[in-house]
Amino acid sequence: MKYSSQSVAMPYFIAAIGLFVGQIIFGLAMGLQYVVGDFLFPEIPFNVARMVHTNLLIVWLLFGFMGATYFLVPEEAETELYSPKLALLMFWVFLIAGAATILGYLLVPYSTLAEMTGNNILATMGREFLEQPLITKIGIVIVALAFLFNITMTMLKGRKTVISIVLLMGLWGLAIFFLFSFYNPGNLVKDKFYWWWVVHLWVEGVWELIMAAILAFVLIKVTGVDREVIEKWLYVIITLALVTGLIGTGHHYFWIGTPEYWQWLGSIFSALEPIPFFAMTVFAFNMVNRRRREHPNKAAVLWALGTGVMAFLGAGVWGFLHTLAPVNYYTHGSQITAAHGHMAFYGAYVLVVLTIISYAMPLLRGRAANSERSQVCEMWAFWLMTISMVFITLFLTAAGILQVWLQRVSDTPMPFMAVQDQIALFYWMRLWAGVVFAAGLVTYLASFFVKGDSKPLIHA
Amino acid sequence: MSGTFTKAMARNIFYGGAVFFFLLLVALSFDTMSGLPKSDNRANLTESVLRGKHIWETRNCIGCHTLLGEGAYFAPELGNVYPRRGAEFIKAWIKSQPTGTPGRRQMPNFNLTEQELDDIVAFLKYTSEINTQKWPPNIEG
Repeated sequence: MKYSSQSVAMPYFIAAIGLFVGQIIFGLAMGLQYVVGDFLFPEIPFNVARMVHTNLLIVWLLFGFMGATYFLVPEEAETELYSPKLALLMFWVFLIAGAATILGYLLVPYSTLAEMTGNNILATMGREFLEQPLITKIGIVIVALAFLFNITMTMLKGRKTVISIVLLMGLWGLAIFFLFSFYNPGNLVKDKFYWWWVVHLWVEGVWELIMAAILAFVLIKVTGVDREVIEKWLYVIITLALVTGLIGTGHHYFWIGTPEYWQWLGSIFSALEPIPFFAMTVFAFNMVNRRRREHPNKAAVLWALGTGVMAFLGAGVWGFLHTLAPVNYYTHGSQITAAHGHMAFYGAYVLVVLTIISYAMPLLRGRAANSERSQVCEMWAFWLMTISMVFITLFLTAAGILQVWLQRVSDTPMPFMAVQDQIALFYWMRLWAGVVFAAGLVTYLASFFVKGDSKPLIHA
Repeated sequence: MSGTFTKAMARNIFYGGAVFFFLLLVALSFDTMSGLPKSDNRANLTESVLRGKHIWETRNCIGCHTLLGEGAYFAPELGNVYPRRGAEFIKAWIKSQPTGTPGRRQMPNFNLTEQELDDIVAFLKYTSEINTQKWPPNIEG
């Protein structure tokens, strides 16, 4: 750690991991509800569990992004953070608001929560991933603005690198596109159209900038490859991401009451969306192959390479699988979508956050890298989580293909619930894969507590 | 990447490409908005439908069901439930939840009034009449 204010990243990373654990617990509960329908009913109905599962994911990734930023920007800008106090204050505001929101989901009926929190003044709730009460949404905006202020001020007084500029653009984009979550017209088509301006323009737009910047930062650090080379790659990757991803939004505009031309635009541009992810994979491997130093943190290198590969598979390949309009006509809103969602989020965003945590945490704890034993444990966690996520995706894909066949392609289509009974075997398999994932997560947690001789920090 | 392709070139292509394609998205969105009156069934956007949408949202229906294919995949698609089941069935179904059948997926009872039930049906009817380019492929959703 080169600047003492980088240490504000630590609580952000710890909170991220803690909420990640919560996300997986609810994921397992839902996996069981898929096959034992009345599990936890009426205490925690599926819709509540799902809201907790997805909202925790979003919140912990945001904690991860913010932690990454607080760690990375002072080092890139070569100056202390503008206000570490503000960063810590915002940490607590965000954590308490997040926890209160999750408790609200769990303890209060959703319609009561809506009434209590001003949803009748401005109705924004009850839309997938944007279920947060109005006051939480406003809180997110306030935290985001304070965070962006802090980071922007830090950058203004220091060195402006390509990595920190790209990261900052991604973060500003994140905050700006979130504002569409306050727009909820009665016209369902318009509602859905602009809902994607948050969801798609986040995950297939500005988040890719954040991801690429974090990955580039870690690669510079662990490979020692010339910054000029890495920054050129970074520009190429984010160009590809936005050129394909912006009009690629159209792959969500096939069947929601929007004009037919989106089927062409959405298909063509989103078919190109794997390219930036492929470039990221090539980039990561290329840089590691051309490394000029053997960084003692081998686990961080593994996470970085894993990010490239799994993002390409999950977002790129599994996205392409069902993105062409004639295919999507059958697969839209099926378990195929769920399969893609799981591996894409894991591969791109979970892994990039775990990459920066893997790189930064030892430094924040005053060592260049963790002990050999600790790193082996961490690498076991990587493989357990990654391989089980591959199987979760494969089982959901199998379930999805059968579902689409029985319910939509067949000459004698079966009703939804009858089909669900037919494909229960795959839901059971998915659940077991989920249990292995949880074991991987426990292994990951354990890696932080494994002792051994760590590599001392050598100040240059 | 060789020396002829410089970082400055990469940067310029990025800014140019990002701005161009974002403006293209904005232009296409304007075009879509102007074409929507033909497809979005706004003529039938009554007060009852708007109240129904509010009920749909505040009961977090999207947490289990899909609507025009978007949402959770735990329970049936409801974008075409109106032509599939009809008004009376939908109301009776909502009122009779949860079934309590052991091991089956359960839907909560939301204690909706007759008026609220009519509103949610109106919303689902309006939704089913949106021009979705013939999606879903069949009545099962």
